[in-house]
Amino acid sequence: MSSRFRNSIWTLVSLALLAGCDREKSNPRGQPLAETIPDTSPDTVFPGDAKPRPLDPRAADYEQNAFAIAQGQQLFGAMNCVGCHAHGGGGMGPALMDSQWRYGGRIDQIAQSIAKGRPNGMPAWEGKLTDRQIWQLAAFVRSLSGQAPKDAVAARADELSNTPPQTQTKREPALPSDSAQQ
Amino acid sequence: MTRRGLIVCSFLLCLAACSGIQTPLGNSGADDSSFIRLFVTFLVVCTVMYLLVVGALAGALANRRRLLTVEEGTHHESSPWIRRALIGWAALIVAGLVGLTIASFFTDRAAAKRAMRPQFTVKIIANQWWWDIIYTTPDVSQAVHTANELHLPVGVEAEVSLESNDVIHSFWVPNLAGKQDLIPGRTTDIQLLPTKTGLYRGQCAEFCGIQHANMALAVQVESREAFLRWIAQQRRAAFAPTTPTELAGYHYFTTHECSSCHSIAGTPANGQVGPDLTHVASRRTIAAGALPMSSGNLYGWVADPQSQKPGNKMPTIGLAPNELHAVVAYLQRLK
Amino acid sequence: MTPRSKGRATKREPVLRDGPDLTGSDLEERLEKTWSRPRGFIGWLASVDHKEIGRRYIFTALGFLAAAGLLALHMRLQLMFPDNDILGPSAFNEAFTMHGTTMMFLFAVPVMQGVQIYLTPIMVGTRAMAFPRLTAFSYYMYLFGGLFLWAGHFLHFGPDNGWFNYVPLSGPQYGVGKRSDAWAQTITFTEVAALAVAVTLVATIFKQRAPGMTLARMPIFVWSTLVTSLMVVFSMPAIALVSGLLLSDRLVGTQFFNPVEHGDPLLYQHLFWFFGHPEVYIIFLPATGFVSEIVATFSRRTIFGYPIVVLSLVGTGILAFGLWVHHMFATGLPRVGYSFYTAASMAVSIPTGLQIFCWIATIWDGRPRLQVPMLYVIGFIVTFVIGGLSGIIIAAVPLDLQVHDTYFIVAHFHYVLIGGAVFPLLGAITYWYPKLTGRMMSERLGNISFWTIFLGFQLAFFPMHIAGLMGMPRRVYTYPAGMGLELPNMLSSIGSFVVALAVLMFVVNMAASFRRGERAGPDPWDAASLEWATASPPPWYNFAHIPAVESRAPLWDLKDDLPVVHGLRVDDRELLMTSVISASPDVREPSATPSIWPLISAIAVAVTFIGSVFSPWALVFGAAPVGIALTAWFWPKLPGPFAEPQIT
Repeated sequence: MSSRFRNSIWTLVSLALLAGCDREKSNPRGQPLAETIPDTSPDTVFPGDAKPRPLDPRAADYEQNAFAIAQGQQLFGAMNCVGCHAHGGGGMGPALMDSQWRYGGRIDQIAQSIAKGRPNGMPAWEGKLTDRQIWQLAAFVRSLSGQAPKDAVAARADELSNTPPQTQTKREPALPSDSAQQ
Repeated sequence: MTRRGLIVCSFLLCLAACSGIQTPLGNSGADDSSFIRLFVTFLVVCTVMYLLVVGALAGALANRRRLLTVEEGTHHESSPWIRRALIGWAALIVAGLVGLTIASFFTDRAAAKRAMRPQFTVKIIANQWWWDIIYTTPDVSQAVHTANELHLPVGVEAEVSLESNDVIHSFWVPNLAGKQDLIPGRTTDIQLLPTKTGLYRGQCAEFCGIQHANMALAVQVESREAFLRWIAQQRRAAFAPTTPTELAGYHYFTTHECSSCHSIAGTPANGQVGPDLTHVASRRTIAAGALPMSSGNLYGWVADPQSQKPGNKMPTIGLAPNELHAVVAYLQRLK
Repeated sequence: MTPRSKGRATKREPVLRDGPDLTGSDLEERLEKTWSRPRGFIGWLASVDHKEIGRRYIFTALGFLAAAGLLALHMRLQLMFPDNDILGPSAFNEAFTMHGTTMMFLFAVPVMQGVQIYLTPIMVGTRAMAFPRLTAFSYYMYLFGGLFLWAGHFLHFGPDNGWFNYVPLSGPQYGVGKRSDAWAQTITFTEVAALAVAVTLVATIFKQRAPGMTLARMPIFVWSTLVTSLMVVFSMPAIALVSGLLLSDRLVGTQFFNPVEHGDPLLYQHLFWFFGHPEVYIIFLPATGFVSEIVATFSRRTIFGYPIVVLSLVGTGILAFGLWVHHMFATGLPRVGYSFYTAASMAVSIPTGLQIFCWIATIWDGRPRLQVPMLYVIGFIVTFVIGGLSGIIIAAVPLDLQVHDTYFIVAHFHYVLIGGAVFPLLGAITYWYPKLTGRMMSERLGNISFWTIFLGFQLAFFPMHIAGLMGMPRRVYTYPAGMGLELPNMLSSIGSFVVALAVLMFVVNMAASFRRGERAGPDPWDAASLEWATASPPPWYNFAHIPAVESRAPLWDLKDDLPVVHGLRVDDRELLMTSVISASPDVREPSATPSIWPLISAIAVAVTFIGSVFSPWALVFGAAPVGIALTAWFWPKLPGPFAEPQIT
């Protein structure tokens, strides 16, 4: 067969090989001492030079990983996040499905919020959950506003129906912290 | 087949399985003698039918040298006795199957009738991949909450109510009874009437995920007195730490990751996600039968559960050595 | 195809038909031209010849058998010792899921359908299937479904929840990623393919039999094909539905199986097993058809009790639909209801018992010759009956509640599937190999492979009964030491390698005999049915003249004097349709020519199905190519310049 045909087949195969990688990886053990949550700040408040920190490269391992999002979903219920945040609609705590993020809506910023806690009632989970579990929760929280790839989220949980199917959640990109709508 | 033949068969079967702690041929539940009887009946009838078929086949093949003068072709008249044999065979099959169906039906009815008078209840909630066991009482303060180990008094009928927190599991303690599925959204039940004391093993019998193979259950059948002693001990709050290491372990447990999922009665640790650990050191196994209980295994489990039972819900925390010593020392205090 | 001239009167050439004027090599040349397909790669892809498609089905299915067999060997290596670490839990779970799914959906049903596609037209005396392009389409759907499943396996989104993939484990919350979606969509492919083939076979059998081949004169294999195909039509929709409901829950968030929102996990089980139980008879009944044909030929007499065998086939087919709850005895449904299913499960063995009697009676009253196909029949009887009897045991509720989901069940179904379907299949391949290739398989190597697989099978699977009774559940990637499970597992593992060796020998026999086997004429076994009346391998057009039939064993009764019918066109594809029951000639119908559109349609449908697993937009964007392909496929053929006058 011609070399062009062969090359295009090869490209397609490589693309396909990569396609399943991030989503389906399942590494239950992880690397316990290496999954630290970096010290990130909410995006308009940072010391020294006026640039936000680049996104931690480990973020993709969680954000696009179906296993991480599923674990995060289970932890969300098990750790009673629904008590304050409901299933993303908020209550005592702010809504997680919208585009407004007081302390930043990037996954590492959300993980930081979960780990360190925030004023007005967000408990600090650092030391109560492993860092890996916090990353998984952050990945799930990201999926509530539609940020996760649609083929990595579960359409629903086996519980009372409380949101539209997650596979159809509209993507709400996070507004910057100093925007007027916060 | 005489009664003597049946006894011989059951004896042989029992011999084959006599050391089994997880076998239906162990003859220790109320149902099990009827299981063995029914099984042997079926086995005998089926063996007889099989020998008839294979014998006929052998005869047909052996016959082939004798019929050298048979005319080949279509309009072959079969010997008349073969037609009679066909009717006889059909009658034999039907009679055999009707007999076996009736035997099965009556065994089932007898088991159901026996199961009508439970004297106490246990609730078992299956999770991926462990068993949550609650001895319910009308007075809630007297309820006993444990995990992965079931104690039963001998000769007393127990009604076990079965629920599931996540996927379909199956409760199966073969020495005591057949299996019953635990289906989310439904409550099923099973009645156990153990007739012999001993330690038995049960296992989840419906594929429930990555660690289905390691979801076992230790079942201790003991005398009434021993059972009541055990229940009384399980009702107590956890033993307080005595040494500084245990105290450090208590402190770590109740303020760090452990208490997010586990509960220990009498302490601030009140997590509802994982097994109750109030009397964990009194149990025979760790992690639903994945490891036998011992100091070394406890260290290995707490340090790195994911390498022992990969994929289970308990994360590997990455404890520092002093933290590990402290937590394990405290856990070993929880008899 | 010559262009149609506009308006001008053209001199009409007489329509060529076979008959006393046109016969012999002249006829064969013209038929060859009409019925062959274009040469080359595109021509091969566009083929609608049932023999070619049947061969493709069989070879592809044997390929999947090998793949699933390798997985089985891998699993047996892991289970050889307690607490082994060759395969970790997730790899093992993927292995048994892929093994079961491949064997059931990609090997067992397709191989039976493949043999049915190959044999049915030549057994009933016609030139093609009723819907040749649909058959081609179905092969491509099957191939793409199988490739999709295995691609998923290698790309880490293959299913890992068992071949029945129960909810809630496979549901949206606990079935993480795209694994269960891949499983469900593979089902969609294979069930479309199976349904298409079933429909074609029923139509062919009902309407295209040779004149005189009344229903009561059809070969038993054709009866088994008919019953199986009707079973497919009634049972496959259930699995189509359940895989669709599962996909819907997972992708779109419906609540069919969510108990909290008034769905029910048991609905899945009911729907699955309503298909799942008839499925195993869909696999078994064609095997009984093989056995009937082989027994008759090798006993040198017609099958004893033809009406009883036929009624048994029909009876089994009907009764099989009433048994499914016996897979659910542990779920907590009302016990009295269970008794009905116990009785029904016992009853379904009565027709099979009668068939076994008829086979043995045929051997008894015939002159059996113990060549390789007959050895496989003997192996079948000795092995399958054990499986059937262990089935009787587990039909009883108190017994099933102990051995359900243990290795006792694994032993039972391998006995009935391997003993009851694979052994007859191997015998059938040996028996019809001369017809397919024109050469005989080696008798000596065939003997050795038979004994190896027979003894290896007993060694591999009999100890599993013991392991189940000793408490070993199914689908466990390891087991603890000290429970008495080491010996049965070790024996099973050794036996599995012996079976693998035997299968390898059989395949080597098939491959080597293709070039070096003894050449075979049209009828090397001296058999009775119509497929042996034509050359080996048959020409494109199957028969130079359509035969007419006067009895159940046409080649035995009318040895050199097989009557034929004349009058079918030779310059265009034409088939003779006969009436349903008495097979009297009815109409002549044109038959489809080769076309690339079934392949293109299959590609369009496959892309749509596969894409929809990952995004619902695939359904929107895929509808257009599918529509275009189907339109091109069904574009009406203009009547040629020499069309016959329509008789209204």
